[in-house]
Amino acid sequence: MNDVLHQGALSIRQAGKIYDPAGAAVVALEDCSAEIRAGEFVAIVGPSGCGKSTLLNAIAGFDRLTSGEILLDGVTLASPGTEPRPGPQRVVVFQHGALFPWMTVLENVIYGPTRQRVLGADAARAKALDMLRRCGGLDTAGQRYPGQLSSGMQRRVEIVRALMNEPKVLLLDEPFRAMDTVSKSAMHRHLLDIHALYPKTVLFITHDLEEALFLADTVYVMTTRPGRMKTMLRVNLARPRTLDMLVSHEYLELKRQVVAGVHEEAQKAFERGERELA
Amino acid sequence: MADATAGQTVTACNAPGGFSRLARLTGVNWRGALAVVAFVLGWELLVRFKALGFAAVPGPLESLTAFWATYASKASYWESWFASFRRVVAGFVLAQLLGIPLGLFLGTRERLRELMFPVLELMRPIPPIAWVPLSILFWPTHELSIIFITFIGAFFIIVINVHDGVRTIKQEHLWLARSLGAGEAMIFRRIVLPSVLPAISVGMTLGIAVTWNVVIAAEMIAGDNGLGRLTWEGYVSHTSTVVIIGMVSIGFAGYLSSALVSWLLHKLTPWRA
Repeated sequence: MNDVLHQGALSIRQAGKIYDPAGAAVVALEDCSAEIRAGEFVAIVGPSGCGKSTLLNAIAGFDRLTSGEILLDGVTLASPGTEPRPGPQRVVVFQHGALFPWMTVLENVIYGPTRQRVLGADAARAKALDMLRRCGGLDTAGQRYPGQLSSGMQRRVEIVRALMNEPKVLLLDEPFRAMDTVSKSAMHRHLLDIHALYPKTVLFITHDLEEALFLADTVYVMTTRPGRMKTMLRVNLARPRTLDMLVSHEYLELKRQVVAGVHEEAQKAFERGERELA
Repeated sequence: MADATAGQTVTACNAPGGFSRLARLTGVNWRGALAVVAFVLGWELLVRFKALGFAAVPGPLESLTAFWATYASKASYWESWFASFRRVVAGFVLAQLLGIPLGLFLGTRERLRELMFPVLELMRPIPPIAWVPLSILFWPTHELSIIFITFIGAFFIIVINVHDGVRTIKQEHLWLARSLGAGEAMIFRRIVLPSVLPAISVGMTLGIAVTWNVVIAAEMIAGDNGLGRLTWEGYVSHTSTVVIIGMVSIGFAGYLSSALVSWLLHKLTPWRA
């Protein structure tokens, strides 16, 4: 257990990314730095198009940085000279969900370990059913196709599929964005429970400050493009987190500290959007 | 909430007819069955009362009688079915065997796409029937030229659909497959192919319908037998009941092949309930 906890320290050092497909250089990420401890639940809050996903894609190994570097447990994951390489140590759960619709829930979940030949099919199935059961009784849905599940169940299955690989970092890219308030709140409960069961480093990207404060140990507020870390905030709320914390003095005090900053960036992003459209 | 309201509205609309309840209870599309009966009845009446233009058109009863009396037990009639079906199957299957891989290549290889796409886009608008003269000149037998034209009918449709299907594969699926440890060959088999199956479905469903269109026309022009030939011979020999028998047979044949294709596709994509 201790060993697991001591894996997954993420170090983002002056990360920068310039997109230049048509000669018009767009600076998505600039001088973006953060030190994330192993097992820490980190939320990154920022307006749409601030470069949150760019950062996440670099960590996941989908895209290259144009400056700076990102290290996982001291090993360089991303830098201008590093060939981007996705791997099972850092699996993403996407905003719109990316379960393979042609595979059953069980086939989806065992895909990683069987593909990597970490586990045989039977062992992978046993492990998958166990994890699905622990993560809210999802084992009964094993033989169903993702399309037959609610979006909340799909998202949880997707988290289990990521966790099956024993990743060092779990990357969540606005996974609850499209959900209504009630489902979202239920998903927060599930995610907190899952994180308590499997204490991995979590990088949770969102534009929702309340969500970030409720879930995370540390919240970073990102500036609008070019994305940088604007503020870092330690959330010293006890775990397990409960709903009454949302109206507690400590929570409201934390929110007070950053809400103006988040709003300022959102306003800037909005005005730029207006200008670009005008 | 919205769903519940929509559900109520639908029920309210259907309640007066009572067909929906009947359909639910019996599992039969009674509304559709009634429409078929009404169509046949209307046709019979128009012929009986010699409505404008219907003087030379045989009625459904007359055609059915002729069918039972002569054609149902006639070997040459069923040989027409067999001949047309064989052409459709040959042309259609060939189109899939060549078209699906080509569509996959075009969708995945950018250079090949640049090379071949303009040619395809120029050939695609040419109706299959316009290929008839050239086809007859090119192929040694009429049989081969009809199969070739049928092939053309389904080929471009499947190529374009598969090509589009490849290009709409979700980037997230490809990324995740790599994260989870899949190599290129595995990604092709377990991600690309199943992602494209819905597009293949569309291509096949459209293709099989076009194939029947084409084979009938080609048979009328160049065939020695088949349902298209049967229909045309009915016309030239002034036995108009045969025209009707031919047409209805083509309708059934087309329906049967479409049903077969959709059953097959359903088996291939069980996740799309």
